[in-house]
Amino acid sequence: MSQKWNITLKVSRQKAGETPHFDEYKMEVDPDEYVLDAVERVWAFMDRSLCYRHACHHSTCGACGMRVNDVEKLTCITFIRDVTHNAGTLKVEPLRNFPVISDLAVDMGSLYSRLEEIGARSVLPATEAEIENPPSKWDPADQQYIRLADCLECGLCISACPSAATSSDYLGPAVLAGAQANGLKRNPELLEIVDTEDGVWRCHSAFECTAVCPSFVDPARRIMNLRSQIIKERFGNLFRKA
Amino acid sequence: MSKPQAIIVGAGFTGTATAHDLALRGFDVTVIDRGDICNGTSGRTHGLLHCGGRYAVKDQESAIECIDENILLRKIAPMAIEPNGGMFIALNESDMQYREDFISGCQACHIPIDEITPQQALALEPNINPKLLTAFLVPDGTFDPLRLALSFAASAKKNGARFRTFTEAKSLIMNGKGAVSGVNVVNRATNQKYELRADIVVNATGAWAGEIAEMAGSIVQVKPTPGVMVAYEPRFVQRALNRLNKPGDGDIVLPQRRMVVVGTTSFEVNELDYVPVLEEHVKIMLERGAELIPGIKHAKMRGKYMATRPLIGGGMGRGSARTFKCFDHKETDNVEGLVTITGGKATTLRAMAEKTADVVCEKLGIHSACVTKDVPLLSYRQYYVLPN
Repeated sequence: MSQKWNITLKVSRQKAGETPHFDEYKMEVDPDEYVLDAVERVWAFMDRSLCYRHACHHSTCGACGMRVNDVEKLTCITFIRDVTHNAGTLKVEPLRNFPVISDLAVDMGSLYSRLEEIGARSVLPATEAEIENPPSKWDPADQQYIRLADCLECGLCISACPSAATSSDYLGPAVLAGAQANGLKRNPELLEIVDTEDGVWRCHSAFECTAVCPSFVDPARRIMNLRSQIIKERFGNLFRKA
Repeated sequence: MSKPQAIIVGAGFTGTATAHDLALRGFDVTVIDRGDICNGTSGRTHGLLHCGGRYAVKDQESAIECIDENILLRKIAPMAIEPNGGMFIALNESDMQYREDFISGCQACHIPIDEITPQQALALEPNINPKLLTAFLVPDGTFDPLRLALSFAASAKKNGARFRTFTEAKSLIMNGKGAVSGVNVVNRATNQKYELRADIVVNATGAWAGEIAEMAGSIVQVKPTPGVMVAYEPRFVQRALNRLNKPGDGDIVLPQRRMVVVGTTSFEVNELDYVPVLEEHVKIMLERGAELIPGIKHAKMRGKYMATRPLIGGGMGRGSARTFKCFDHKETDNVEGLVTITGGKATTLRAMAEKTADVVCEKLGIHSACVTKDVPLLSYRQYYVLPN
């Protein structure tokens, strides 16, 4: 049976040029609804001026990332039950480290142009989905399947990353993870992009990216792996020169 | 000579695809949407790149549109598509009785199908119901809805189209002689109000088309018909899985990233801006989905959601044709300067745009043929990279 909770949704608001403030909306929710449902109902029934981004509502598009009670969440799959309680407050803010368009909507241009720069693949062979399906288990016949990459390009990792907060030029976890997935061996031209101050060496191993990733990418592990790929490349070059 | 100007209201599938088509035909295009790209029906689409098999018995016009467009989209938008094919499976006698009609329907609509044995089907997809009686391989696929629309939007932008998102149409500007000559808009991100003028306004708001048409005193008969979908982990299949029977609830299971998505239901609503996800429909998805893939019964739910189809052309629910229609309001209600495109399906977005651009060009006396069949789309990421 569906339950009813009364909560206060505290939403960060700002129009262009304004400093942000919070507006509070008292609303009845079902705890088994998602945070995005509550945000959407504010717009539909309480305040038509609210701006936010959303599209697929089931964690394939990556549009609805927000900070929920100070933690990055894909709001379309975050149950209200898991982030507040009856008579509780739910704070919703835009992602950090991106320019705010208005209210909860941010401009993701920097992430998308960097993903383009490193040639991150949006579709790839299903065999490369290595976390739940180790490649050794795949039949060679399965090579035929193509699937959308795990990375939703939602920007949660960029928002959660303390290093991204210190340098707006930092490529960021999602981009470095995309470079790792491509591999330096197959794509040697990536070396000069990622082996830089604002590439893998900006990462301070906070692992916040992996903590908030909603889609199995595990960027922190991939960044560490990319570092060892770089070291191998560099050492290899040293020995070749010698 | 200056370019003809078009305003497109709605940045979903039809709006972005029409922007791409009109920009290629030399139009100066401005797209407005009260939200961001795909924040209505399009973004929440199930994601089945239809081969047409679903409609091959009862709705052959839609089936032929689907197979033709399926083949084209694979070529022009590979970065948003999982091209792994699909499978129709029969689980009981009623399904088997549908078999003959399915074969002849697909033949009539030039949809290539290949009947395989249950053993062959299970070898390809080990997680499907082992009690299946027969299976057909079909050229379905799946797509990421937002990325498909963004690919069209990016390509439109490259040819000069501007996207004004978070910009809501407040009213249509009438020129005093019964013609639409622009749109009064408000930028919701800045609260700035302004006028946009154009030679033609295209209403590409899908299920909401009646609301925009009404601003010009016009009527569009569109029946908003939501359906519920539920995503589960893990990715049980590589192909789109369909029940071999006439279209019904919960009879399609699609792979997407690490999930499968079961859909859908069909009901009618009056309030469009927020449609609740009905728990009894979620339950139907679980039961029906588990008939196709038994593992769904105990799978972890990833997300539950709904989308509102814009159905046209009369008929009730599943009985409605899934084809599309472009209305020239000069012909329907003697309002010049306004065209509405609605109905249809995600798979036919390019064809819907072609038809709409044809109508617009004819109205404005512009001789320019559609070339979108042969133009590969830009990466969806270019939408965010290219200047606006």
